[in-house]
Amino acid sequence: MPVKDLEQLFQQKIDAEVKIEPRDWMPDAYRKTLIRQISQHAHSEVVGMLPEGNWITRAPSLKRKAILLAKVQDEAGHGLYLYAATETLGVSREETINDLHSGKAKYSSIFNYPTLTWADIGAIGWLVDGAAIMNQVMLTRTSYGPYARAMVRICKEESFHQRQGFESLLVLSRGTPEQKEMCQDAINRWWWPALMMFGPSDSESTHSEQSMRWKIKRKTNDELRQNFIDMCAEQVKILGMHLPDPALRWNEARNHYDFGAINWEEFWNVVKGNGPCNKQRLAARVQAWEDGEWVREAASAYARKKQSGNKAA
Amino acid sequence: MNNFLKKFYYGDIPEEQSGGQYVTKEGKSDWPLWEVFIRSKQGLDHKHVGSLHAADAAMAIENARDVYTRRMEGVSIWVVESKYVHASNPDEAGSLYEPANDKVYRHPTFYQLPDEVNKM
Ligand SMILES: [Fe+2]
Ligand SMILES: [Fe+2]
Repeated sequence: MPVKDLEQLFQQKIDAEVKIEPRDWMPDAYRKTLIRQISQHAHSEVVGMLPEGNWITRAPSLKRKAILLAKVQDEAGHGLYLYAATETLGVSREETINDLHSGKAKYSSIFNYPTLTWADIGAIGWLVDGAAIMNQVMLTRTSYGPYARAMVRICKEESFHQRQGFESLLVLSRGTPEQKEMCQDAINRWWWPALMMFGPSDSESTHSEQSMRWKIKRKTNDELRQNFIDMCAEQVKILGMHLPDPALRWNEARNHYDFGAINWEEFWNVVKGNGPCNKQRLAARVQAWEDGEWVREAASAYARKKQSGNKAA
Repeated sequence: MNNFLKKFYYGDIPEEQSGGQYVTKEGKSDWPLWEVFIRSKQGLDHKHVGSLHAADAAMAIENARDVYTRRMEGVSIWVVESKYVHASNPDEAGSLYEPANDKVYRHPTFYQLPDEVNKM
């Protein structure tokens, strides 16, 4: 069958909401887009463990420590589900990880910000996981089967992340003046980077709407961002705190919150590698990989030895 | 700056931004891929849940326990090395499954019986 017909059949399936599975024919560009997007998503889960890992040993109570450990372990699992989904598209795990370490593949910029106080852990759960959930709920309906299934699994685990973060902030917001101040400070620092997680504004797009046509994405950056803002603007009231945006106000006519301008220069700076922690994050990943090399080799050698032992017996 | 702005999304940053030259020593120890099947409770079938890399079957089961059953999702795990899974060809789906399409008499609803015939 000529490629043009295959492409047409492919689009018909997408339009009819039939999921694409690994062995089905797909356009090269669809495959490439998915490999890039899913692997970057996987890297984000894995690098995302670093800012939170920073506070595991210093959590204020055993309870908070157990919660944080469980959350970080979940993120490792999310990374695995997504790496496995990437592999179904025909790239090896090693290649994918190599692309992260070389700086070729990216991860969400948000993880290049430092976690300065304990309140940051609460703010990450509420805002960063909250923003991620908005995106991931949409992606449970993405057109590629393995990606959609990974997202369903992830979303089930994700809601505890956001709730534990909000609850942790709630405790601080009802605490001493110092704790309240710490809570507000963390919100101030994480709010804008969290909004940037949704990516540039739709109006700045010069690219085709291909991802929407292929139903990899089903909502635009601005739609998701607006939903997120509407949600947080209400939730912050329960904390008795405020969002650091003087322009934030309810717009009756739009039925949405209006909000101030996002500093895209900062966003691009962090993407390009000049955020506060870019180098540190990547160095930590590379070191973990290299330090683990002898373990990977030893396990392989042991497996080989056991297998040849079995054959001899 | 606008000249390289493209449409992209959360966790999705364009390749123009790439750089660096980190290269791992060539795959000496790439562990094989395993498919994981979980029985969620006694009496139910094992169901495919995902895959992972492991050096051997014992490690695959341990890793599957850590990754896929952290919230009591299972009571039993099967792992099978992915290379041993053989699959039907999706291009032949038509000829393989179509013949079942016109055999409605294989379904109980094909048979119209009087109302008095209960419980059949
Ligand atoms: Fe996650
Ligand atoms: Fe999370």
